[in-house]
Amino acid sequence: MEINFTAIYILWLREMKRFLRSWSRMVSMLMMPLFFLIFLGFGFKGAFFPGIGYTKDYLHFLVPGVIAMALVSTSTIAGLSVLWDREFGFLKEIMVAPVSRVSIIIGRIVGGITTSIIQAILILIISIGMGFSFLSFPSLLLAILIMVLISSGFIGLGLIFASIIRDIQGFGLITQLIIMPLIFLSGAFFPLKNLPKFLKYLSYLNPLTYGIEGLRRLLIGFSFLPFWLDFIVLLSFSFLSVILGSYLFEKSEI
Amino acid sequence: MPAISVENLTKVFNGLRAVDNISFEVKEGELFGLLGPNGAGKTTTLNMLATLIRPTSGKALISGFDVLKEREEVRRSIGMVFQEPALDNYLTGRENLEFHGIMYGLSRKEAKERVKEALKIVELEEFADKLVQTYSGGMKRRLEIARALVHQPKVLFLDEPTLGLDAQTRRRIWEYIKKLNKEKGVTISLTTHYMEEADFLADRVAIIDFGKIVALDTPENLKNILGGDVISIEVDNWQNAKKVFEKLTWVKKINHENGIFYLQVEKGEEKIPLLIKIDEKEAGFKIKSINLRKPTLEDVFLHFTGKTIREREASQRERFRERAKRHRR
Repeated sequence: MEINFTAIYILWLREMKRFLRSWSRMVSMLMMPLFFLIFLGFGFKGAFFPGIGYTKDYLHFLVPGVIAMALVSTSTIAGLSVLWDREFGFLKEIMVAPVSRVSIIIGRIVGGITTSIIQAILILIISIGMGFSFLSFPSLLLAILIMVLISSGFIGLGLIFASIIRDIQGFGLITQLIIMPLIFLSGAFFPLKNLPKFLKYLSYLNPLTYGIEGLRRLLIGFSFLPFWLDFIVLLSFSFLSVILGSYLFEKSEI
Repeated sequence: MPAISVENLTKVFNGLRAVDNISFEVKEGELFGLLGPNGAGKTTTLNMLATLIRPTSGKALISGFDVLKEREEVRRSIGMVFQEPALDNYLTGRENLEFHGIMYGLSRKEAKERVKEALKIVELEEFADKLVQTYSGGMKRRLEIARALVHQPKVLFLDEPTLGLDAQTRRRIWEYIKKLNKEKGVTISLTTHYMEEADFLADRVAIIDFGKIVALDTPENLKNILGGDVISIEVDNWQNAKKVFEKLTWVKKINHENGIFYLQVEKGEEKIPLLIKIDEKEAGFKIKSINLRKPTLEDVFLHFTGKTIREREASQRERFRERAKRHRR
């Protein structure tokens, strides 16, 4: 099993071309996070919430959450897009090529990360226009590293779902039943402190919680959990899900 | 060395022997046809030869490479056109082909040149820079054939290359396939359930039914096995007709199906007057229609399996449904 860099590059290039050619898809994917950003951001502008633990306004609390929200949905869908390739037959063309499965998976993950990060940065730019300011450029670069970890973790998760459901009918179910609860249970929009105990514990099992905490620390300089914990949880989550997702993908026969 | 060599190849799905112990060889430069009804195991055979699924048992070599142990070498030696389109609709025709070339290890420059050449063969240069989603079914199929040529494979696999295409487009695809085989010397192995396709294209045909090869020879030789023409004759009382037909010494073989008799005879055109002379009252049946046919591969299939290909497809579907039901329980 050797890694074939030209194959990874051409798979990545394909993702980029598809991404740039389907504006409608991108707009529809960004719609939800943008709604949350714009309506909650303006609606609660300047409001102070109990337990927010932070002196600046709600917008600053919200932005890292919305960025993570965009990352989760675009990345999971990037992983799940294997289902589209299967449905439209293109997966066979990829599978029959003399390229190791590892290279195919890396190409897909790298492509998915790139498109997700582009969308996250679009959100960041829009929020800066709304009055958001981030800490510093070095910490922004570190924040992008955290975004890469979140993105690869959820691409892996998407690959896992893709090998379990195997047809695009299950797609809506995944987004409804998995992505939305994960986002609400991550403290993206409100401090987890305010949740009842049971839900709070659930949210600590959610890797996204640590992703948002990490982003908050790096973008606005505040978080509830220590940064090293965020980093370790995220790193192990993305490592495990990518390994499991790749394993399931590799095992599958067209 | 044969281009393809298959020995006792078997694939079992959920206890069903989709491909059952088949063996054959394809010579270099040959155009070989696998003919059989849907569900007979043709695509499964092709997928095993293309390393997409693993055989349950048996052995297959492509250009001397083992499909189980030397997968990447096998993949490099083959081109594949799948039954359903396997194109990226969001890429242009040219991009689809260049993607393919680079996946098969060509440099960008090489890929560009070969793609140009391949597009020319299937006469798609004009549409090369349009998105594939704007292509018609026939154009997609031609693009896929071109794609399979980009890396200059030794063996080309075509799975039902004209499925779902109109008659005119089908003819055109046939011409391309013939041209590739004759002019470029590519070994081609295709599956089809169209008799006339196998007859027109293939140097040799393997007839496959329920996962087994029931006959393998040139179309000419296969038709000669039947020893003559077929008169199909529709009657109003088949029991009585059967008695009469069985007494006719010049009838070599009788098949009966859905009220239609298929009589194998020599010089069919001379036998029709004899059939018409049969006295209706005495024999107890009336002839509704009568038709003479020179043998086709359809008849060969009927001869070996006792069913027409269409009937076999219906029973095949039932068999799968039955399996699926049992499996669910």
